[in-house]
Amino acid sequence: MRRIDVKEIENTVRNLCIKANLYLGEDVIKAFEQAEKKEASPVGKEIIKNLIKNAEIAKNEEMPICQDTGMAVFFIEVGQEVQLVGGNISEAINEGVRRGYKDGYLRKSVVKDPLIRENTKDNTPAIIYYDMVPGENIKITFAPKGFGSENMSKTKMLKPSDGVNGVIDFVTKTVMDAGPNPCPPIVVGVGIGGTIDKAAVLAKKSLTRPIGSHNEKEHLREIEEMLLRKINNLGIGPQGLGGNTTALAVHVESFPTHIAGLPVAVNINCHAARHEEIIL
Amino acid sequence: MTIKKITTPLTKEKVENLKAGDTVYISGTIYTGRDAAHARLIDTINKGEELPFEVKDAIIYYVGPTPAKPGKPIGSAGPTTSYRMDDLTVPLLEKGLTGMIGKGLRNQKVIDGMKREGAVYFAAIGGAAALIADSIKKAKIIAYEDLGPEAVRKLEVEDFPAIVVIDHEGNNLYETEREKYAKSEEDK
Repeated sequence: MRRIDVKEIENTVRNLCIKANLYLGEDVIKAFEQAEKKEASPVGKEIIKNLIKNAEIAKNEEMPICQDTGMAVFFIEVGQEVQLVGGNISEAINEGVRRGYKDGYLRKSVVKDPLIRENTKDNTPAIIYYDMVPGENIKITFAPKGFGSENMSKTKMLKPSDGVNGVIDFVTKTVMDAGPNPCPPIVVGVGIGGTIDKAAVLAKKSLTRPIGSHNEKEHLREIEEMLLRKINNLGIGPQGLGGNTTALAVHVESFPTHIAGLPVAVNINCHAARHEEIIL
Repeated sequence: MTIKKITTPLTKEKVENLKAGDTVYISGTIYTGRDAAHARLIDTINKGEELPFEVKDAIIYYVGPTPAKPGKPIGSAGPTTSYRMDDLTVPLLEKGLTGMIGKGLRNQKVIDGMKREGAVYFAAIGGAAALIADSIKKAKIIAYEDLGPEAVRKLEVEDFPAIVVIDHEGNNLYETEREKYAKSEEDK
């Protein structure tokens, strides 16, 4: 049994919060560079160049890539051979968020109650998903989620007879309706199957995959490629000002479901597709 | 693509010179305000009370910046999505607001109000928050400090980069440009 002090998790979370918000991942920058070459619209090309420049300024001046430093979302894989000591893991994660958002001069965007709307002033609580896995490690994935894109996300319970075409139409329509609002070029996360909540979590988790990666299942990989082509043919383009780079990637994940249903969730991420992971 | 330099106050005369598609660099004073601040501004108008700044010929930037690091006037400061302010915009246009900076679509009610009152809607690059912050030279909270990132700030900007997306005649770049690049599957 390996013992891990939750203080180590707190410190790791603090650092992840700052790192993810200040430094855009190499996968995203590479996707920008490829898109800039292929973009047909001169305005679109200029916008992508500016996004690359923005990431450089953020890195050099150590300031956030985007002012919306997001709601703090974590996917935690806990090895079942790990014994957590020194306190409660969820409290440690929230304390790490508190420290990271303060020390990194990140925006505190969370309100205590969705209707009363008083700011918690420390960006907590975080949203945390735990998975028990074999082994003696803990993997922490952090993905700050801005709400310009979160607000454009949708779920729908399709009929089994709607099939793959129903899924494709729903995802494409969701992106079309979102238009310029979620800060294209976007990354589109799609969760298919499970229950309504499972599909939504799958869609969100798929956004933490490196941009350009594909689902291992052949039929899902084909759907990813087809959706990316269809979405980029919508003409929305960078910032919705026209062009053929509406999405940088489409990530699809699936889960077994009930004979009566076909849940689909679309979670949209803006171009600041921030995600960082670390294994303790 | 035409590049135009404009300085505030944004008079009606200047508004009439701006066309959808123009790239602009804005200099002078602009004010920040997003969701919660807009709700308070409208509440103030409805009660017949004085607004915390002169709205006539002013530009409001929809932004909630990150906290400023020591020695800096402001943190990262990109635009937030504008449609959330749609239900709260027309009363400000009626008070003489001539410019709005944000990102994304506006509803027909806002566009009609812009045409009627003579106003322009600029888009800044969403997410390019570090780049945009470079054009903000001074920032000061002037109202609703308790709202934190949503407080109303008075900004002094130099060559703030934006694009005219909807002009005072209602020409809408989001509609015209998308059509140019949309491809049907049969084209493949």
